[in-house]
Amino acid sequence: MMRSTLLICSVAISLSACGDKPQSAGGVKSDVAPYQGVNNKFAAPGWKAGDKTSWEQALKARTQNTQNEYTRTATK
Amino acid sequence: MARMKFVCDAERCIECNGCVTACKNENEVPWGVNRRRVVTLNDGVPGEKSISVACMHCSDAPCVAVCPVNCFYHTAEGLVLHDKDVCIGCGYCSYACPFGAPQFPSAGTFGVRGKMDKCTFCAGGPEANGSQAEFEKYGRNRLAEGKLPACAEMCSTKALLAGDGDVVADIFRNRVVQRGKGAEVWGWGTAYGSRQAGQPPANGGKS
Repeated sequence: MMRSTLLICSVAISLSACGDKPQSAGGVKSDVAPYQGVNNKFAAPGWKAGDKTSWEQALKARTQNTQNEYTRTATK
Repeated sequence: MARMKFVCDAERCIECNGCVTACKNENEVPWGVNRRRVVTLNDGVPGEKSISVACMHCSDAPCVAVCPVNCFYHTAEGLVLHDKDVCIGCGYCSYACPFGAPQFPSAGTFGVRGKMDKCTFCAGGPEANGSQAEFEKYGRNRLAEGKLPACAEMCSTKALLAGDGDVVADIFRNRVVQRGKGAEVWGWGTAYGSRQAGQPPANGGKS
């Protein structure tokens, strides 16, 4: 009787750590690249959604056209 | 494409706070949270300098290093974004950031501190691009719309530049070469025109 009680207690103690739930909440799930585009009416024209090269070129052109006034005055 | 970067030209910034307003409006940022703000050095003293500051999307970001739940991630464009579903609002990123970029709303479902909010370079978060869920958590995803951050596009003097690092560097370099540097680039003479403006100081004196 004494032996079986000790056995049950030792098994219960040794398996108690198995009840710990995995902490897998950390880390980011996923993200979609911006060149994949958006499904709304606000997208700027001049590039094709999903085409990384056209997106990069459109963004570079937009940077120059909207932020570099030396380029804008030189073309006039 | 190089990494996306912000550059603020201290010679041009006039502390109008247009970038701050544009950011708050575009992303519907709540009260008490300023993703972007204008900092002025030597305020009121001739030659004062202002710069617009937000998350600088560091290449080796300290916020990423200290986050205990790994809620930050680097995008292929070099942006430092975060997942609010993972953030526990501990504030470590706020202590680590040298620019004071991470912000914590005072109200919300996560206690007084709330989940961290910061500039996303108008690139949203992990939710689907342009979705309502993404907008409510992170604001507009202008990058996925083929646009640049609202703060830079709205800047009246084009002091704040944003975009591909190589292009931004070219614009800034060309600007500095064109205008010169030092004391001749500000002051009454430059603003209203004079023969002295832009000229080297006579007799070796200060301009």
